[in-house]
Amino acid sequence: MSRTEVTDLSARRPDERGHFGRFGGQFVPEALQSALAELNDALEAAWADEAFTTELDDLLRSYAGRPSLLTEAPRLSEHAGNARIVLKREDLNHTGSHKINNVLGQALLARRMGKKRLIAETGAGQHGVATATAAALLGMECCVYMGKVDTDRQALNVARMQLLGARVVAVGSGSQTLKDAMNEALRDWVSSVDTTHYLIGSASGPHPFPMMVRDFQRVISREARSQVLETYGRLPDAVAACVGGGSNAIGMFYEFIEDTDVALYGFEAGGSGIASGRHAATITSGEVGVLHGTRSFVLQDEDGQTVESHSVSAGLDYPGVGPEHAWLAESGRATYEPVDDPEAMEALQLLCRTEGILPAIESAHAVAGALRLGRHLAETDPDAEPLIVVCLSGRGDKDVNTAISWFGLDGTPDRTTGDNR
Amino acid sequence: MSAQFDLGTSGRIIQAATEEGRRALVGYYPVGFPDVATSFDVMSVLAEGCDLIEIGMPYSDPVMDGPVIETAGTRALAAGVRTRDLFTAAEKLSERGASSVIMTYWNIIERYGVDAFARDLAAAGAAGVITPDLIPEEAEEWIAASEAHGLDRVFLVSPSSSDERIVSTVASCRGWLYATSVMGVTGVRARTSSAAPRLVSRIRDLCPEVPIGIGLGVSNGEQARETAEFADAVIVGSALLRTMLKSQDEGRPSDTTELAALVEDLAAGVRA
Repeated sequence: MSRTEVTDLSARRPDERGHFGRFGGQFVPEALQSALAELNDALEAAWADEAFTTELDDLLRSYAGRPSLLTEAPRLSEHAGNARIVLKREDLNHTGSHKINNVLGQALLARRMGKKRLIAETGAGQHGVATATAAALLGMECCVYMGKVDTDRQALNVARMQLLGARVVAVGSGSQTLKDAMNEALRDWVSSVDTTHYLIGSASGPHPFPMMVRDFQRVISREARSQVLETYGRLPDAVAACVGGGSNAIGMFYEFIEDTDVALYGFEAGGSGIASGRHAATITSGEVGVLHGTRSFVLQDEDGQTVESHSVSAGLDYPGVGPEHAWLAESGRATYEPVDDPEAMEALQLLCRTEGILPAIESAHAVAGALRLGRHLAETDPDAEPLIVVCLSGRGDKDVNTAISWFGLDGTPDRTTGDNR
Repeated sequence: MSAQFDLGTSGRIIQAATEEGRRALVGYYPVGFPDVATSFDVMSVLAEGCDLIEIGMPYSDPVMDGPVIETAGTRALAAGVRTRDLFTAAEKLSERGASSVIMTYWNIIERYGVDAFARDLAAAGAAGVITPDLIPEEAEEWIAASEAHGLDRVFLVSPSSSDERIVSTVASCRGWLYATSVMGVTGVRARTSSAAPRLVSRIRDLCPEVPIGIGLGVSNGEQARETAEFADAVIVGSALLRTMLKSQDEGRPSDTTELAALVEDLAAGVRA
């Protein structure tokens, strides 16, 4: 893969003020307007500067481990009708997820802008770990905001961030999850904007964040598209990714958007089921509204108060979604469906046992969705052998504790041998 | 363009204070804290010393607010406050001859329906709306609705606003301009900001006709007096609310004694 392939920016969407159709925009206090304008200008200048794109490409290659592998999953595919499932292995990136792609880009950009401090929100901790990593690499200060519910369920990642030298702030307000972490990070930023870059990890927030995050994540689909063409001699029939805020999904979809024969599937967190009201399926059951600086679909009550989301996966537990996904959904280009907690956890276990890969619970939603899609396609067209590429956005080491309680494992060995039994 | 600035209803109230040789006092209070009925009573107490009551709408994700307003908002939502309670609050103030503006995050209005919100608010007798997370560039629908129903539109500027943005923001306002004195969230501060007089003087150079309200950080009569030296209106929020949070925490949620004393102190400050 050449340098220009990683960072080329043809086909730009949104408009000047960050609108994807009726979605997106900038719904933030005036106090942040100058910072957003400065960021937008710096971003444009950076993309046009070969020194920046070269440094980013070098880091993606020699530090993050790109290009990530494409792995066929034949034993998993036995459970997916006649489909062949292929995994885009973002879990193999340094720090264990796709988050590093965006973080390296934004951290380099922040350094160019003379910022000394990075702040971030995190749900599962993957984005927080990636941000703490980039801050360590570039010698910057780092503070990560994380909902208190999430610091409890993702204690391992809290420790990882602290090992990397970051401060971790547990946010105890509201639902104490990703949305509240984002509130607190925004509050920090409005007070510290001269010295600090807010490194948003989701493809959400005010313009230019959704566009910027997408452009740093589109390397996923740029690689996947050429890898699939090279390996299979054709484009896939479908591409699948999990959607919380939507960063891995937009990265996985972007280069396929104009390949209209490739179906795009986003799988949202169905939690305890849509009917239960305890879920994070924003596109499936949210309504248009403004949250965290952008207009998109939002889980909200009839007064416009945000409703708390629920998911076994901390990284998908967000009541909003990036505006470009809202646009892709409304335009019909992409399809979004919920995958509930049990279905995702079952897929997590299945991928472990069939392919020897422990996915993040977030990514397990995409695996579950692809299995369902494969079976569905086998019913509608028994002769077809659809090729489905799944973005395996992260590895599941961080989720072992959740898996222990979900599956009722307790860490007891199956058998003990030797004299000292 | 400033010569044609439309003072609307709330700008005239501020101007009237100036004509009396003092500054206007604007008191913020969220509807529904500690409960809806008590919040109406609290606003009546505010009306004793304030020229304009800023009725806040509690919101689930108050990214521009510090812990005082966030805590009260969370409790008010838990106690069941609804958007429609804003209209009742405005109506009650209107009945006793007090003027009000609403301060709300944008999603509340968008969800209610922009035109319906403007219609119902105008019917309730409020003067207008302060929209802290709506910039004029995103406000096309709101500008149309507020024009149609004769409501004031108060947008914000901050110390980081460029001259160009100050001018274009003022051009979209009707009533007055809200200047945030510091880069930060709402809350009581030990000292008022040195950025505030500089910002006000920049605005006066660019747009001499627009009344300027200064908010964020004023907590007592002395700070109100300092702020009144350069602003047309002094906005107080967290400090007022803090007295009622204290009342609630001490088990006498409807006790407005301390609040009334603070209002008196602040009102004296803008008259010093």
